[in-house]
Amino acid sequence: MTYAWVALYSIRRHAAYPTSAIAEAVTNTVFGIVHASILIALWKARPGLGGYDTTDAITFTFLAQALIAPIQVFGGLELTERIRTGDVAIDLHRPVDLQSWWLADDLGRAGCHLLLRSTLPMAVAVVMFPIRWTGPTALGLALVSLLLAVLVSFGFRYVVALCMFWLHDDRGLAAIALVTSMFFSGMILPLVVFPGWLGAIAQVLPWAGTMQIPIDVYLGKATGIGLLTAYGRQVGWAVALFLLGRGLTVLAGRRLVINGG
Amino acid sequence: MIELADVEKTFVIRKRTGGLRRTRTVFRAVDGISFTVRAGEFVGYLGPNGAGKSTTIKMLTGILTASAGRIRVAGMDPARQRTQLARRLGVVFGQRTTLWWDLPLRDSLALIRHLYRIDPDDHRARLAELTELLDLGDFLDVPVRQLSLGQRMRGDLTAALLHDPPLLVLDEPTIGLDVVSKATVRGFLERLNVERGTTILLTTHDLGDIERLCRRVMVIDHGRLAYDGDLAEMRATVQADRQLIVDLARPGPPIALPGIEVVRTEGPRQWLALPRTHNAAAVIAALAGRHEIEDVALREPDIEEVVARLYRTGLPA
Amino acid sequence: MAELLRTYARLAWTWSRAAAQYPVSLVLLGVATAAVTSLDIAAIGLMFLRTPRIAGFSVAEVMFLYGTSGLSFILSDILMGGAERLDEHVRKGTLDALLVRPVSPLLQLATEDFSPRRFGKLVPTTLVFALALAHVPVRWTAPRIAMVPVMVLTGLVIFAAFWVLTTALQFVLVESRGATKSVTYGGAFLTQYPLSVFSRDIVRGLTFMVPLAFVNWEPSLYVLDKPDPLGLPGAFRFAGPVVAVVLCALAGPAWKSGLRHYRSTGS
Repeated sequence: MTYAWVALYSIRRHAAYPTSAIAEAVTNTVFGIVHASILIALWKARPGLGGYDTTDAITFTFLAQALIAPIQVFGGLELTERIRTGDVAIDLHRPVDLQSWWLADDLGRAGCHLLLRSTLPMAVAVVMFPIRWTGPTALGLALVSLLLAVLVSFGFRYVVALCMFWLHDDRGLAAIALVTSMFFSGMILPLVVFPGWLGAIAQVLPWAGTMQIPIDVYLGKATGIGLLTAYGRQVGWAVALFLLGRGLTVLAGRRLVINGG
Repeated sequence: MIELADVEKTFVIRKRTGGLRRTRTVFRAVDGISFTVRAGEFVGYLGPNGAGKSTTIKMLTGILTASAGRIRVAGMDPARQRTQLARRLGVVFGQRTTLWWDLPLRDSLALIRHLYRIDPDDHRARLAELTELLDLGDFLDVPVRQLSLGQRMRGDLTAALLHDPPLLVLDEPTIGLDVVSKATVRGFLERLNVERGTTILLTTHDLGDIERLCRRVMVIDHGRLAYDGDLAEMRATVQADRQLIVDLARPGPPIALPGIEVVRTEGPRQWLALPRTHNAAAVIAALAGRHEIEDVALREPDIEEVVARLYRTGLPA
Repeated sequence: MAELLRTYARLAWTWSRAAAQYPVSLVLLGVATAAVTSLDIAAIGLMFLRTPRIAGFSVAEVMFLYGTSGLSFILSDILMGGAERLDEHVRKGTLDALLVRPVSPLLQLATEDFSPRRFGKLVPTTLVFALALAHVPVRWTAPRIAMVPVMVLTGLVIFAAFWVLTTALQFVLVESRGATKSVTYGGAFLTQYPLSVFSRDIVRGLTFMVPLAFVNWEPSLYVLDKPDPLGLPGAFRFAGPVVAVVLCALAGPAWKSGLRHYRSTGS
């Protein structure tokens, strides 16, 4: 199947510079240590904040740092550059679906990043801090949630990338996407710390499904109905973003035809 | 203007040979080169890929430091006096631009002005002059990334000459250019050398550049100078055959003359290889005596052939 | 030195003029960078909505730390942050173009792409800092008042030295930028908070090995009149300028050494 091949090729591409990946992982680790220390102090002042204990908070921090790469919290899809240069016109004439192609590519990338960039932060975390181990079942459920998270993240980034068709300069939009993604995914601060209505809104936004939800599933904070709700939110947003992306792809194709490529 | 004495450049290449072992190979990119270029000369620097051309240029301009030997450019040591030398030197890289990719050409040139601390009036005058000579008017405000190769090369030339350096070094400037652009660049360089007396060192693969512009040519091969001297003499010394193209009245069997090989026949036309040992006039006379000839043309050996022979035989300078 | 500053100013001005040809983009990007910077202070704000004190520091005190750290870092980033992209130039081979010019490649790198939008980051930070100064419970004596600009300035120099040191490393190890971001950006982040949140080993490391503690922590202990969690002698609180000078003394040779290495091996 073509798409499986695309994903495999993507893995190879992203594994080409392992030293760079390890270097980035070092920075993720350092940030993890800093964030964790801050949250320890916060939880000392407010034990049990948001239903987490200190170990939960530390575990959350490092998992969040570990997931930065696979989820691409800092945004970006190579597609944007192809749209900017106009190379995408070639892609749209090929007999493969643009959205599916890039999804396969992104899944390959996510898998590669999971291996290359997530292991170091977690390894250091386990050595330096108390980290919660919730067992293989929770881990398995969390991995499913992680897959959904990548889908949600891709859905969002794909939509942002396609907007490039209608904008001359995407950097403003990219910045907005970056800010919302960083803030509402839980990377800056676990969403459970967000007070009142802000916290409630944050939990239902799409970005919560990229980091907060999979980590909560792992920590065992989403069980039974909660688990179904969690998966439901992720699937719901993934589908919505995919449909939006689909629509934009069709519009983009038409626009290309009108403008002559 | 340029003096090289026994200059060497060695690179240590570390390669991993499976497992944890590593091989260390010492690669002599430049292996004892000496030459002198006097002010006002226009010298060509030829060589196959990997011969050490670019490495020599990089050492001359201070980008690389030599492993051994002595280099003096405009009286300065490029390794130690890089920034001072830069003021008297203009460099053009054919394969990479020295301009800033996203900026309009005009802005790139403004940056150059500040980098070289060019007086604003001098800058204005010089820019006007170069704009006219290189026909920059149309694309001064276009970002460099949108320029065609020919336009970019003209931009690079301007950038290199804005501060009026006495020495210009070009590393494959005509590579990838179309015929018209090549002619423009060549014409410009010729004028620069003749009218302004700018010393020019030109590295190129394009032998047409050399033929048109340089009287003196240096050939480098495997890090060593294979030839350093007059272009015409090189042709003669290398003993490449001239070509005699004979148009007979009627197609006939290959012409038989002692010591002369028929390289090719096409109907009534025959190409003869004429070694330098043979006197062309005598051969033509002998030919006319035995055959009915419509037309005769004498062609000097192709420079490609000359150089190829040089690479093969490695003639001493 | 004056010549260097003049060249810097002229180059920065030329780049800025080029950037100013797209005013809309400039403003948008300025706002965007300000927004990203604001995320950090948003996090601090949210945390203090849940508790009045963290590690013995009130919100105004943390805002004070955030403000001094932010000003030092952003200013150093504006001045020197461009150098970080050395690895891109090495990879693309465009460093050579910088070497044939009569100006230090470090200066050329630092001014590359200089744009007024870089100043956008200062807006939220300055606002927060002003608020902090208004509310922080400090008995303002003359020395304490003087300490504030001194602190920001030495922090700036320390960060600038780190920019140069981490960039110099890229000559030898091109991929090191990914890891050294932990010193520059990581340093910027951790100095927003009281170092007392960290373990004693980490604080010792930040004092004696990677001296980020002198950016704003030690001087702030003096201004805010707080006890040193490590119990270090009081002189440490005034050692910032010394640390800055030492780092600069290391940064210069490190850069030259890196450049020498590049010019010898050609990469």
